[in-house]
Amino acid sequence: MTATGIGAAVKRVEDFRFLTGRGNYTDDINRPGQSYAWILRSPHAHAQIKKLDTSKAAAAPGVIAVFTGKDLEADGIGGLPCGWQVNNKDESPMAEPAHPALVTDKVRHVGDQVAVVIAESKDEARVAAELITVDYAPLPAVLDMNAAIGGGALVHDDAPDNTCYDWHIGDAAAVDDAFKKAAHVTQIDIVNNRLVPNAMEPRAAIGDFDSATGDYTLFTTSQNPHVIRLLMGAFVLNIPEHKLRVIAPDVGGGFGSKIYHYAEEAIVTWAAGKLRRPVKWTAERSESFITDCHGRDHATSAELALDKDGKFLALRVATKANMGAYLSTFAPCVPTYLYATLLAGVYTTPQIYCEVRAVFTNTVPVDAYRGAGRPEASYLLERLVDRAARETGLSQVEIRERNFIAADAFPYQTPVALAYDSGDYGATLEQALTAIGHDKFEARKKKSAKAGKRRGIGFSTYIEACGIAPSAVVGSLGARAGLFESAEVRVHPTGSVTVFTGSHSHGQGHETTFAQLISDTLGVEFENIDIVHGDTGRIAYGMGTYGSRSLAVGGEAIMRATNRIVDKARKIAAHMLEASEEDIEFKDGTFTVSGTDKALSFGEVALSAYVPHNFPHETLEPGLDETAFYDPANFTFPGGCHICEVEIDPDTGEIKIADFVAVDDVGRVVNPMIVEGQVHGGVAQGIGQALLEGCVYDDSGQLVTGSYMDYTMPRADNLPSFKVGNHATLCAHNSLGVKGCGEVGAIGSPPAVINAIVDALWDDGVHDISMPATPEKIWQAIQAGQRAAAAE
Amino acid sequence: MSYAVSMTVNGKSVSGDVEGRTLLVQFLREHLRMTGTHVGCDTSQCGACVVHVNGTSLKSCTMLAVQAEGADVTTIEGLANGDELHPMQAAFREHHGLQCGFCTPGMVMSAIDLVNENPDPSETEIREWLEGNLCRCTGYHNIVKSIEAGAKAMRGG
Repeated sequence: MTATGIGAAVKRVEDFRFLTGRGNYTDDINRPGQSYAWILRSPHAHAQIKKLDTSKAAAAPGVIAVFTGKDLEADGIGGLPCGWQVNNKDESPMAEPAHPALVTDKVRHVGDQVAVVIAESKDEARVAAELITVDYAPLPAVLDMNAAIGGGALVHDDAPDNTCYDWHIGDAAAVDDAFKKAAHVTQIDIVNNRLVPNAMEPRAAIGDFDSATGDYTLFTTSQNPHVIRLLMGAFVLNIPEHKLRVIAPDVGGGFGSKIYHYAEEAIVTWAAGKLRRPVKWTAERSESFITDCHGRDHATSAELALDKDGKFLALRVATKANMGAYLSTFAPCVPTYLYATLLAGVYTTPQIYCEVRAVFTNTVPVDAYRGAGRPEASYLLERLVDRAARETGLSQVEIRERNFIAADAFPYQTPVALAYDSGDYGATLEQALTAIGHDKFEARKKKSAKAGKRRGIGFSTYIEACGIAPSAVVGSLGARAGLFESAEVRVHPTGSVTVFTGSHSHGQGHETTFAQLISDTLGVEFENIDIVHGDTGRIAYGMGTYGSRSLAVGGEAIMRATNRIVDKARKIAAHMLEASEEDIEFKDGTFTVSGTDKALSFGEVALSAYVPHNFPHETLEPGLDETAFYDPANFTFPGGCHICEVEIDPDTGEIKIADFVAVDDVGRVVNPMIVEGQVHGGVAQGIGQALLEGCVYDDSGQLVTGSYMDYTMPRADNLPSFKVGNHATLCAHNSLGVKGCGEVGAIGSPPAVINAIVDALWDDGVHDISMPATPEKIWQAIQAGQRAAAAE
Repeated sequence: MSYAVSMTVNGKSVSGDVEGRTLLVQFLREHLRMTGTHVGCDTSQCGACVVHVNGTSLKSCTMLAVQAEGADVTTIEGLANGDELHPMQAAFREHHGLQCGFCTPGMVMSAIDLVNENPDPSETEIREWLEGNLCRCTGYHNIVKSIEAGAKAMRGG
């Protein structure tokens, strides 16, 4: 391993600009002559717009224009498209109601876009927006999923019973048969709480139009600028790709929420063309809460059938998933193909059946948030397994070990479509048990008890599917896009290298990790490598970053392009050294003729590629610039074991994470420092979901938790330091052997935390607790448990 | 109505005409185009906009520009000496205390003020001090490590 190659904890290239205030985030960008947009948003969860009068606003100081949905309609602007079609049980397509960029007749959630004011300053636009008169006729808001499908008000007239789809996977009859043979059945009902992603940078967008060329440019806070160009250009604004450039510069966190095409992007781009001026929009945090897609929000009932030895026979799951008021870009796939397909977990359960009903409500749209479907699956399974252990008398370790897919059983085909390629779940469990000091837990528990505290330990042995790709697979499952990745590796005449990647970094450190791939492969000095991302004007194509796909798909594309560079450079070296190509060896940045001392540096070959004075031009082209598009054979399957210890004060319900261990198998690790950082962040979000975070809507559909005063973000003093370990089995179908590390923390951790609470309080009669398990909720549960015990 | 305002920012005298409602952070970002200081919320909770005013940390969304009249303001852009990072900046880089970088300016400014007040803070003291600075990427683990190392470096090793 070299100091900057694969496996080295290289310090990040991007840090210098971020640490000195020289990052370039969308709101930091100012275009000459720019104007400012302010969006008027619905204060109602559900209402008919009787009348909309913008005349006073249009006449207000500094106002350039006021536009409504009717103006968009008049220009033939389409609604926001959905990128994934899920079919019903009878194969009919899902309900796919229109999703207008600005509404015309009806608002469907608090925050829905009603009109846009464009003015010389943001303050003038905001003040003018208050002069718009909207005559709303409020309609009953439907918020609860059961009410939505039980005859509640219709969010969309073309979605009967507020149902988007009623989908299923697995063999229901085989599952029924297996349950008949069960020695024991464990049943649980579980809610996966709705979360707000809350990337620290609020969304922003700047539309720009060059009247000389007719070219549009959109600067936006996106995880995937090429996808935005495709969706917005082709489906909303009718701007062909060659006239539309989308730039996603430094982006301050995404966690899924910046994957989607949002109305504001289309509005500022369209308005910039109409007004012949740049139009800038930046969300305030209060807007982020009511417009950024939310995550999770499932209600599930599940049963696990076990034989007399505690082996799982079958799993039956019924889930309701909240879509919110409209279908966001990838919403339909989250509770189906990113959730139900993971219900085998790390276990050999032979039969699984899952049905999912996706429901519209008058709430903010829900889409992928860090983990997307897989946290919901792991939470369900690991809570269910924990309960089954308690009911059968097996230990938490024993029940898992009896049901693990064995390390030698790969490739392993699950009953819910996925084929796992590698893993060693026993090894990650063992390593985690050692790291937490499992053998001394009882002693720690006694010590806590002496201090009047309850101590509990909770386990989660999870798996996820990421490296979100195979176009053929996702296409067969309803994706309306391919999920490959592209990379161009451009070697300059002096031997320095620029990589153009379709992946997008918004905190992941690609500029460092991807440069390590080049340094390792080509032997080029680290400072002579540059990674370019986030600009459709510079990068051939890209599907962006989500589903922990950057290294497994984007990195592999870079490797393929780099291998082509080596192949081409080998041809050039052979010519220069007057040897046959087969005799040329390439190692540590040097080409040699095997068995001789004839050698050329990579830089010399690069220079020759651009100064091809004596190239045989019929057989050897000048230049050293290669592109690869990579579409993998399968998803990747990181997995591992998270163990949490909590200590609870039964008098107050106060909970402390006493220890947290994450041992993950993310495949080969390119930069261990960055991987550990990704795990820390994911675990923090998982603990946030388990203990602190959750959306609360009141009965009228107002988001009560609509600011940082009300939505409990994890803060430094809510969290412990984490113990992070790694046990790699290599991905079998990419050359790097990498799997993905961005989401494992958020997927593995919530059930470990909640299982630890249940363990701590089981003898107090607390057998279940919902997320977020706040001190108040814990205290109430203890009181209820003790009352129930007293009554017996 | 507009007000003339003058202050020192990173050692340079600056002035401008602002509205009464203009926040210090708006003055920095929109008038001076110094975009290193970030805005992450609208309720003074996130701490992305922390700067130093007359030597102590302050959320620049909680002060009007006119209130900073005559003040000595230091922002993230004013810490490094050319390309030589301040010890706290260097510690954040060394210990991977940042990911997306958006909360980072506020974190670093806040951390320096902590160490100015308490040269050898414990992990608990660091975590409590950071109560007003939100980070969504790091889980705070490496921020705490960075501040421990930055404090040590500021003490002189």
